[in-house]
Amino acid sequence: MATHFRRSAALLLLLILPHVLVGPVLASGGPDGLGGAEEEFSEELLLKPLPDRKVLAHFHFQSTALPSTINGRHHRLFPKAIAQLVEKFQIKELELSFTQGRWNYENWGGSDPMSSTNAKPPGVELWTLFDLPTTEVDATWKNLTHTLSGLFCASINFLESSTAYCAPHWGFHPNSDNLRYGALPREAVCTENLTPWLKLLPCRDKAGLASLLDRPSIYKGYYHSQRLRIVSAKLTGIVLEQTLTVVLQPNVRRNNPVSSTAGSLQPNWSMSSVFKKKITGQCVLAKVSRVFLELEENLVAELEKRVSRDSRSNPLFELSAVPDREIKELNALQDQSGSILYEFNVANSNEYEPLDVGMMWKVPLVWSCPHAPFHVSRFLMGSGNERGSLAISLQSTQSHEQFLGGSHACTVEVVAFQVVPWYVKVYYHTLQIFIDGKLQTASDVIEKLQVTPSEDKLLPGTLELMLRFPCSMHSGTLTLDFDKGFLHIDEYPPDANQGFDIPSALVSFPGFQSSRSYHEDDSLKDSPLLLKFQEKNVMRSYTEVLLVPLTTPDFSMPYNVITFTCTVLALYFGSLLNVLRRRIGEEERELKSKGLQRENINLMACGCRGKENEKTAL
Amino acid sequence: MQKNSSCASFGVNSVGIIRAPSGDGKEAIVLVTPYNPWKIELSEALSLGLAFSIFSLLSQVSWLAKDIVWLAADSQFGEYTSVSAWLKDYHSPVFFSESGKMNIDMCYEYNGHQDRDHIMVKGENANAFKRAGTMAAALVLKVLEKKERQERDSLTIYAEASNGQMPNLDLINIVHYLAVHRQGLRVKIATIGSLLNSVWLRSVGEIVQRLCRFAKSLDPRWKYDITSADYVEGSATLASSMYYQAIGVPTGSHGAFRDYQVDAVTLELSPWFSLKNENSQSAFLLRGGRLIEGVIRSVNNLLEKFHQSFFLYFLTAPNKFVSVGVYMIAYALLIAPLPMVAVAPFSGKNKIRLTTDKGNQTPGYTCSDEMEISIGSWKWLHAAKVVFLTHLWAVVVLLQPYFISQIPYISPTTSMLVWVAVATSALLILYLILGSPYSNDCEWVLLKSVMIAAAFIGLGLMSIINFSTAQIGALIVVPMCLIVRPLKRHKEVALCARVMLMTCNLVLAVMGFPPTALLILKGLFEGFGRVGIGDFWVWAEFLWIWNSATYLYLLLVHLPCWALYVHILLHP
Repeated sequence: MATHFRRSAALLLLLILPHVLVGPVLASGGPDGLGGAEEEFSEELLLKPLPDRKVLAHFHFQSTALPSTINGRHHRLFPKAIAQLVEKFQIKELELSFTQGRWNYENWGGSDPMSSTNAKPPGVELWTLFDLPTTEVDATWKNLTHTLSGLFCASINFLESSTAYCAPHWGFHPNSDNLRYGALPREAVCTENLTPWLKLLPCRDKAGLASLLDRPSIYKGYYHSQRLRIVSAKLTGIVLEQTLTVVLQPNVRRNNPVSSTAGSLQPNWSMSSVFKKKITGQCVLAKVSRVFLELEENLVAELEKRVSRDSRSNPLFELSAVPDREIKELNALQDQSGSILYEFNVANSNEYEPLDVGMMWKVPLVWSCPHAPFHVSRFLMGSGNERGSLAISLQSTQSHEQFLGGSHACTVEVVAFQVVPWYVKVYYHTLQIFIDGKLQTASDVIEKLQVTPSEDKLLPGTLELMLRFPCSMHSGTLTLDFDKGFLHIDEYPPDANQGFDIPSALVSFPGFQSSRSYHEDDSLKDSPLLLKFQEKNVMRSYTEVLLVPLTTPDFSMPYNVITFTCTVLALYFGSLLNVLRRRIGEEERELKSKGLQRENINLMACGCRGKENEKTAL
Repeated sequence: MQKNSSCASFGVNSVGIIRAPSGDGKEAIVLVTPYNPWKIELSEALSLGLAFSIFSLLSQVSWLAKDIVWLAADSQFGEYTSVSAWLKDYHSPVFFSESGKMNIDMCYEYNGHQDRDHIMVKGENANAFKRAGTMAAALVLKVLEKKERQERDSLTIYAEASNGQMPNLDLINIVHYLAVHRQGLRVKIATIGSLLNSVWLRSVGEIVQRLCRFAKSLDPRWKYDITSADYVEGSATLASSMYYQAIGVPTGSHGAFRDYQVDAVTLELSPWFSLKNENSQSAFLLRGGRLIEGVIRSVNNLLEKFHQSFFLYFLTAPNKFVSVGVYMIAYALLIAPLPMVAVAPFSGKNKIRLTTDKGNQTPGYTCSDEMEISIGSWKWLHAAKVVFLTHLWAVVVLLQPYFISQIPYISPTTSMLVWVAVATSALLILYLILGSPYSNDCEWVLLKSVMIAAAFIGLGLMSIINFSTAQIGALIVVPMCLIVRPLKRHKEVALCARVMLMTCNLVLAVMGFPPTALLILKGLFEGFGRVGIGDFWVWAEFLWIWNSATYLYLLLVHLPCWALYVHILLHP
């Protein structure tokens, strides 16, 4: 029976195999038949030196799938798991990020597209926009969290409970009727999350840019954010955007006398020194495979200051590979210099001529990165286990004149979005706003306010706040008082004694767009990364995660009590049973019989020995 | 962010923060080095150098999970002031500032920030107050040059914060373990020096040693070998530990952290050589640096907070402690007689009847007779009224120093005299208003039981607030409560016992008065010659300024108890 079955299975396989092998070839053979559209995959890498002697690497992989009406359920490049996910849960937009470390808004930039879209709060953040009737959204979200949790080996399923996610109205996303947002600040990010993410790429990490991802070096960095974004529409199909942003410290040899003396000298770096690997070719399935090296505005300004008109050579640094193209940013204000992108095409490289982009600095250089109009920080005030206050402080970076062109009587719009777990009971009426040390009446500053108060063990509190600050403001602070709640014994997380997290708040500046504009060029259109940079996104920054110490019972005490009591009970019952069950008369009899036996044995032993003795004597 | 009482001068605290690479910045470890910028000494410079070397090392390491904050506290107006000012700004900043009005306390604010993380980037935000999450632990680092010679570098740990609060024992254990077993330092904690040389203590120690040997000879498995030297040192350390907890004044700037529930200790390193010897300086820096690095690393690696149960203890040696479970027993046994004695007059019905049957001549027995009648009635209300009024008087005395300190240009001696005068006159006025409190012949028995009840409640409450104070106080109050008996009512007792009782009563009456007790303590340690009346005022002010609960105890529990005690002694 078994052999029969095996034989038929082999036959089936033989029948199927030609279809599998030939099918894609046939499909790719006739793209024009489907209106020129087909699944595409592109891989791009952006490298950028940062002012604080670190290097940013941003991997951008994009896969597109055709609308299911055209293609059916079969895919050539696009990961089937994602397509099924989108179809099953009717996702319009989804973003999932795994982040370790904090984005340094002061040194790594706060206003460029990189920081607005790719800087994420520590831990896991998930938001989804559903294409569903409102009544079904919550149930779908719950299913979705479980699916994602299985897909990415992470405890995203903790977002299932209604205390963990919220439905923001306008503070997080402009059109968010069916949007759900949840964050897990404590989730640890590791390779086990990266591997399933890489599995979604057609070449995995075996070829192409993803082969650079050397696990020890990317997890050693200062910031590591792995992101997945799905945008789906009935007409255009599904776009899956996978990005990995890492900030790494290039290895500086300790013995190097130059680097040890001058603290501000930029380190020389290259891909091989940062990732311990070189690019040996593109992923053959990728339509576009490029590496960009970006120089920030202020660095370019420094460069332009020093470069002389005639000489072609760069006085500041030397690139280890020759760029194929140089793309300049078009800046709205002509007097300022825009950023420069050097483009390297991966297709030219092979095993014998690997691509190794790097920079060698010739002179020590200091520059600063573009800032968001306000530097945002959030902190806790007060001490003790009873109550405290939450403060969000905005420090002006004095760069909005640059954005607004120095117009008079201007105001800056700021939107704050904050989710607070229910056990931190925020009194929203205690909201106080200080501008430069003066208490403001709320109605003067607040444009729009949306509060969803928390419900015990049911709902987290959500605060969405649109404020209008004068441009001349140096520092502004919002404070909210809260009481710390008590949790039921089974609601404590496994390591409750560290404290409880308040997820990051999101502060966005709707008046400011973070986008780059480049010369219209055909070649730019096929670069999804640059298209992404040209999108007009609202400038946003996340704040730190906060740790609230709550009263935590001594969990080991019941355990101690139980063990002690059990020991005492065991001793008591043991001895009692022993006394009750023991029959002394019988024992004595047993002892006697044992004694008899022993005597017998002794006698026998003696007898033997006696015999032996006799033998030896003989 | 530093302030001082005089507007003209201000201090500057400098703060550096290392952001942990790939950490989430929820927690921070604080390193404090107090220094005086106007009169910098070699030892202070060395402590700053030590902290800086640790700080620059930590800015390069990759294992950091918690942020590191280094506070170079400007100690020209006191270490505690500067650290507590910074902590106050950290935990409860004032956003409200009026440019016209300058608060007397907050004269000038200035932030000196240095972020190691980005040395060259000095943005516009350099003057903003930087924060780094919830504080997990704090270390105050000091270098002190010792006068006497020693064979090894030594480390002294100070841990007592205000009102006898202690940091988590685990923190002290970490420091001790790393210092002794890794760096080979000699770890010390404060001891009372005069006890070390006390002959009496040594002889007790020898008895204990002999007992231990005897116990060992009975069963060699009993490991009680304690030498008399160990015993003496342990007792001296325990006494100092209790003393510093009892006065309720922090022993260093780590006390400021405890007010915000952060575990903190002061580590005072002292090298065995002269600090001027540059060759050995580097060895010392290396050893100290490794110790601090080790401690920071241990705290850094903790996922949770320190275990919550180790903060009630006395230290008998750097690595030995007496836990709350042990010392509570002694205290409970000490105050257990109080409630029994308090209710004794109300329960001894049969006994009284028996004695009254024997003879009705002596006034004492008529009193008991009357007592018997009064049981169940509201007679004790009168006694309660007397006790209540005495406590009211104590509250008046308690609040006096505040008003006296408002008078400008007054010397401590005059203040003290004013205080005493006001207190006595208040007592006299109470007497005059309410008439003679001795209304009844056997009033004192009831009065005694109510007084004991009040003292018991006071001691019980105090043991929760500051155990050491309650413990030391109970040693005086409990005998007072138990032994008290009117001086004129001793006739019925045998002569020998009567003399004993009277002397005990008189000695306690003298010893129990808080100023006398202080005087005797100070006289024992420093000699009687230097004690003036003004000193009492200085002590009271000292306790008042530090918000010590000991002050409350002395004036709200101890003083009324003593007053009632004297009152009963003088009962006709």
